[in-house]
Amino acid sequence: MTRFTPDLLEGPSDAVAPESREEAVATTPNRLVLTFRRLFANRGATVGLVVIVLLFVFAFVGPLVSPYAYNYIDYTALSSPPSGAHWFGTNNIGQDVFAQTARGLQKSLLIGLLVALFSTVIAGMLGAMAGYFGGWVDRAVMVFVDLLLVLPSFLIIAILSPRLKQYGWLILVALLALFGWMITARVVRSLTLSIKEREFIRAARYMGIGHFTIIVRHILPNVASFLVIDATIAIGAAVLTESGLSYFGFGVQPPDVSLGTLIAQNQSAATTKPWLFFFAAGALIVFALASNLLGDGLRDALDPTSTAGRTGRRRRTRGRTAESSGGAAPLGRTGGVSEAASPAPGADVGSPAPTRTSPASDARPTSAPPRTNDEKGERA
Amino acid sequence: MARFLARRLVYYVALVFIATSLTYFLASATLNPRSVYADRNPRPSSEVVDAKLSSIGVNDKDPLGERYVHWLGGAVTGDLGQTIQDKPVTQEFGPRLGVSLRLLLVGSVLGIVLAVVVGTWNAIRQYAFSDRVSSVLAFVLISTPVFLTAVLLKIGATKLNDVLGYQVITFTGEATPNLTGGFGTIAWDRIAHLLLPTISIGIGLIAVYSRYQRATMLDVLQADYIRTARAKGLRRRPAIFKHGLRTALIPMTTLFAFAFLGVLTGATFTEKIFAWNGLGAWFIDAVQTNDINIVVAYTLYSAIVVLLAGFVSDVLNAVLDPRVRAQK
Amino acid sequence: MTLTEPVDRTRASSDPVLEVRDLTVTFPTPDGDVRAVRGVDLTLRRGEVLGIVGESGSGKSVTSLAVLGLLPSTAKVTGSIRLDGDELLGRGDKAMSAIRGRRIAMVFQDPLSAFTPVYTVGQQIAETVLIHRGGSKAQARDRAIELLGLVGIPEPERRVDSFPHEFSGGMRQRAMIAMAIANDPDVILADEPTTALDVTIQAQVISVLRTAQRETGAALVFVSHDLGVIAGFADRIAVMYAGRVVETATADDLFAHPRMPYTVGLIGALPRLDQRSDQPLVPIPGTPPSLLSLAPGCPFAARCPLVTAECRVDEPALVQAPAVEAGHRAACLHADRLVGEGTDPEDVYDLPPAPTSALAAVPRASRDRVLHVDGLVKTFPLTKGSVFKRRVGSVWAVDGVDLDVREGETLGLVGESGSGKSTTLHEIMDLRVPEAGTIELLGTALDRKLDGSTVKRLRGAVSMVFQDPMASLDPRQPVSDIIAEPLLAIGRPRDEVSRRVPELMRLVGLEAAAATRYPHEFSGGQRQRISIARALAADPKLIVLDEPVSALDVSIQAGVLNLLAELKAELDLSYLFVSHDLSVIRHVADRVTVMYLGRTVETGPVDEVFEHPLHPYTQALLSAVPVPDPAKERAREHIVLPGDPPTPTVKQTGCRFRSRCPLYAMLPEAQRSRCEDEVPTMLPHGRDGADHTAACHFAREKQLV
Repeated sequence: MTRFTPDLLEGPSDAVAPESREEAVATTPNRLVLTFRRLFANRGATVGLVVIVLLFVFAFVGPLVSPYAYNYIDYTALSSPPSGAHWFGTNNIGQDVFAQTARGLQKSLLIGLLVALFSTVIAGMLGAMAGYFGGWVDRAVMVFVDLLLVLPSFLIIAILSPRLKQYGWLILVALLALFGWMITARVVRSLTLSIKEREFIRAARYMGIGHFTIIVRHILPNVASFLVIDATIAIGAAVLTESGLSYFGFGVQPPDVSLGTLIAQNQSAATTKPWLFFFAAGALIVFALASNLLGDGLRDALDPTSTAGRTGRRRRTRGRTAESSGGAAPLGRTGGVSEAASPAPGADVGSPAPTRTSPASDARPTSAPPRTNDEKGERA
Repeated sequence: MARFLARRLVYYVALVFIATSLTYFLASATLNPRSVYADRNPRPSSEVVDAKLSSIGVNDKDPLGERYVHWLGGAVTGDLGQTIQDKPVTQEFGPRLGVSLRLLLVGSVLGIVLAVVVGTWNAIRQYAFSDRVSSVLAFVLISTPVFLTAVLLKIGATKLNDVLGYQVITFTGEATPNLTGGFGTIAWDRIAHLLLPTISIGIGLIAVYSRYQRATMLDVLQADYIRTARAKGLRRRPAIFKHGLRTALIPMTTLFAFAFLGVLTGATFTEKIFAWNGLGAWFIDAVQTNDINIVVAYTLYSAIVVLLAGFVSDVLNAVLDPRVRAQK
Repeated sequence: MTLTEPVDRTRASSDPVLEVRDLTVTFPTPDGDVRAVRGVDLTLRRGEVLGIVGESGSGKSVTSLAVLGLLPSTAKVTGSIRLDGDELLGRGDKAMSAIRGRRIAMVFQDPLSAFTPVYTVGQQIAETVLIHRGGSKAQARDRAIELLGLVGIPEPERRVDSFPHEFSGGMRQRAMIAMAIANDPDVILADEPTTALDVTIQAQVISVLRTAQRETGAALVFVSHDLGVIAGFADRIAVMYAGRVVETATADDLFAHPRMPYTVGLIGALPRLDQRSDQPLVPIPGTPPSLLSLAPGCPFAARCPLVTAECRVDEPALVQAPAVEAGHRAACLHADRLVGEGTDPEDVYDLPPAPTSALAAVPRASRDRVLHVDGLVKTFPLTKGSVFKRRVGSVWAVDGVDLDVREGETLGLVGESGSGKSTTLHEIMDLRVPEAGTIELLGTALDRKLDGSTVKRLRGAVSMVFQDPMASLDPRQPVSDIIAEPLLAIGRPRDEVSRRVPELMRLVGLEAAAATRYPHEFSGGQRQRISIARALAADPKLIVLDEPVSALDVSIQAGVLNLLAELKAELDLSYLFVSHDLSVIRHVADRVTVMYLGRTVETGPVDEVFEHPLHPYTQALLSAVPVPDPAKERAREHIVLPGDPPTPTVKQTGCRFRSRCPLYAMLPEAQRSRCEDEVPTMLPHGRDGADHTAACHFAREKQLV
């Protein structure tokens, strides 16, 4: 589907005389600077980034400035509302809510970060391999993906939780990462499928470059912006999953606390002693929101076809325009745009898979199935 | 086309089988039904416990393979084994299934329909005030886990009831116990109880999938064929609705399965929080009481439901898109 | 179906049906206003064909969309557009909707994306009728069938219920035309209607457009980047550049006496099917200006050979040009100099010297064989199912291809999409044992799995340049890494590589300092030069070029083609040059091989094959390529092939071409069976002594260019 493209936009790179082009290039800041500039032009992303930084400061510096440890019991103050002594009040056994919230947030953030990191690495590797090699590698990965979609990670971790208690929170991180990469991998796979079609991959093969070198040197850098965006949003998603599990007692185990355990413990007090509930709940929502906003902003900043965050209505351009519009990453139409296999397990009809990345964004799942190829034989 | 769907169905059945078997082994390895008797007073002798566990089929001293084959033999004939309380799993499964499906179907169907409506509306009026407000709301809702939504709704309803002085919104259980009255009274009671749990499940769905619908719709609005439709003299709105909406719904059908998956997990929270005796709540309790057979039965149910949703997606997709029909 | 018809000029009466005056279109962007159209005047008379020609970004498509009122709402449009004297600009959606599809209809470029995928073609054509004429659905459907028949869709009663994806590209474009003429419009706007199509299909579509225009008596605006297509079709031509009409005249006068240096350059930059190719093409230096920040004065000044200081002061107005017929207007201060000094592109522009190779003197037979392919076959499995793939058939993509390339020679490989050109290249480049047939590369036969060192040697000695200069360069690598990659792949030391990269950059005409930049910072032509530099890196003997210029604008293409010619002469390279464009092949190639449905059908020296084609398919191809010379184009014989090539999923017997062959159609029954049963072999049929073979049982020479 080609978009409306006024033909002046068809070849904007050609639309500049070489001399002036070189001057223009000379003043073009490098990609990183450009990305940051575009990122900060996006109000949501800026807010998201600032909020995330503040929450990290709160989680890691908070315990240092708080006069109480998270498990210290102040028998002189049971269920006291926020005050000078206990900034966020205390719970009914006299624990400081500020210290507990900070500690809980710390744990949640650590889990979120690590899970996002590991699951993105797994997703990147497996997705790229499935897409690049195709054949049985692809089918094996995809059947595995389907299976894990049928067996939701929540269910598996819940079943495993009785054993979890012995191993602590790091095993929780491992499990969340192990069961959280499938959807991302699906998208990476479909992005890889389309990158693989691009001629620079063929060019590399015809130079005699090995398959793994091609994956590392040509495929992964081209899905990097998607992975960065996805990982950002995955942090928030992992925090939500962790807190959901902890809410039922399947996640972080006492005496350790996370936002989920705090919310579970104190939900019944929400109306009578709101400070017990709302600080933790607020921290959770605000963090997830911030990570979504940042991820969305990153998408716009890394995606050369997006003009979001700039003033006025955005004009969408695609196809040749997208590629030559002087943006950074021609493949960067990341979020969920891909022709991923259908979410119905195993289906291979071109359609988007929802990703953690997409819901809150302007991601554009393509509506067209693979175009009938005129040169059927040429690419069969 | 029918052959394609039949093949899919076979694949799905295979997936269900693998998923359930895996869960059986996993649950057998991690859950400890023996501990249920450890806390009993007086503590039964270990022979008694062994015999009891063996009869239920969850004795960790029996070979796992044997237990599995026995369970499988039962499952094929529709017998899902005994609960730790030595009652047939299937006996309790039935009523709970009704409760869960009511919540699930109403929540997901309403959620998806509203998501499509909201998403389409926002796409057509991109950057209008309504679109901006929806975007912000969607972001907040996506960032709020189901259990928080449910708890917050409960708090809100309590406050409202307090302010008004009588029970406007009922939210405990799936029906008022021992309610007597005609069909109308009972139906109304059920609907009233359905309100908050449905909202807590559906609202997240609306938030997520309205964004997808909006994105797909925006994509479609830029499509050449909308321009063609207008070039032949259709006005903007008819062109969008006649030529755009159906095309935009095609990718949405494939999301349907995913939506259901999310709803299923969300429902465990909702059922627990609103004290519904559904399968989700049953599962959570079973994990906590080390009841292997219930856990496996729940997995079977969840796998079947997800794959049915996947199958419905396949069918809808083929119905809407002639190209899919042609490919298969 | 042979169709030779002079354009009926008497139809063009003088009352204008569509008048565009001082049209401007501006798109606000974050970087400033893009002035896409800057004061365009057009007059379209009843029954006339107006060709609008221009390169990408000239504003030609925007102009036609503005007439329909279908620009995005952000666009600012001023000026006046009158249909039969009624102002269209400023009308609301309702009023415009009554005009669109009834009085002004449009044919879009990409007919696949222009049809709604979920409705049948019939429904979509019927809808056009229903909107404006009402009536029952059955009546509208009947009309759709009638229209499909009119544009030459076989079995319209059955085809009316097909979905767009079930049509071939050419059929979709016909259906698009059927939709446009459904309500007998006064004006048909056709925006690059043949651009994505193969030449033989292009010829079909143009003939359908002619018929459609004749049937409806509508005035036709034909927008194209292809001067050749326009030349034979249009009555009058408007040349657009940087958002303005820079020259307008009748087709004959424009080609005979161009009065704007840009037009002169465009004509000279075009490789010609009908001219031998010992001269370089005219490259117009530089690239079109950005519409974001136009310097004052003539927008072409930066690229113009006749430029003087006064050109940079004010933009010249479009005025009556000197020494030509009335109505021929040009926007150039120096139009009179073109009268005095002549309008030969070679004289107006600086022409690089024709490169000569040392090998030119060596007779072909005594040169080394660089590539020899004989009877190559490649099939692909046709699979079904997603999880468990089953093979349900085969695609015979390549089914008997012969190629022969000698040292220092360019072999042009010609064929339409689906003919197996690309598959052939990939089979050669994969360095694998072919399914059937033989490949011999630089003396090494690919008859068994090659050892590592041989593979490395061949990888260095054979390289490839791809069609899309953006897709063939990794966007995440700086140019220096891109060019270095083949060198590192064959194990050259780092310091040698870093010495070689700037050398290669200069060799292809790029600044060595630009090596740190990324591909997107370069223009299309520059990117293709980077691609060529990469292909040259490891000192190859043979470069395989897959449609290397088809993504480029004409004026850019000329520069790249000249560069390739220079490099070949300088470095004694051999090229295997694949193109669908026969004019380009005529210009670059020494020899040519024509493919149809996976088989070689004709091969020989390029001038011999083009001037004395033997195979009916080659003849049809040649006749379908328009020549940018209106008089000549009108006088040529045009063979329009019926239908589409058969699908390669069916194993063909006998001659593959007979289903579309005009010769076969005229053969007596007795002789036909030979075409049906016997696969024709490549035999010399040509004039005595000529190294010219064709695979046709009844080869007969026919002169067409």
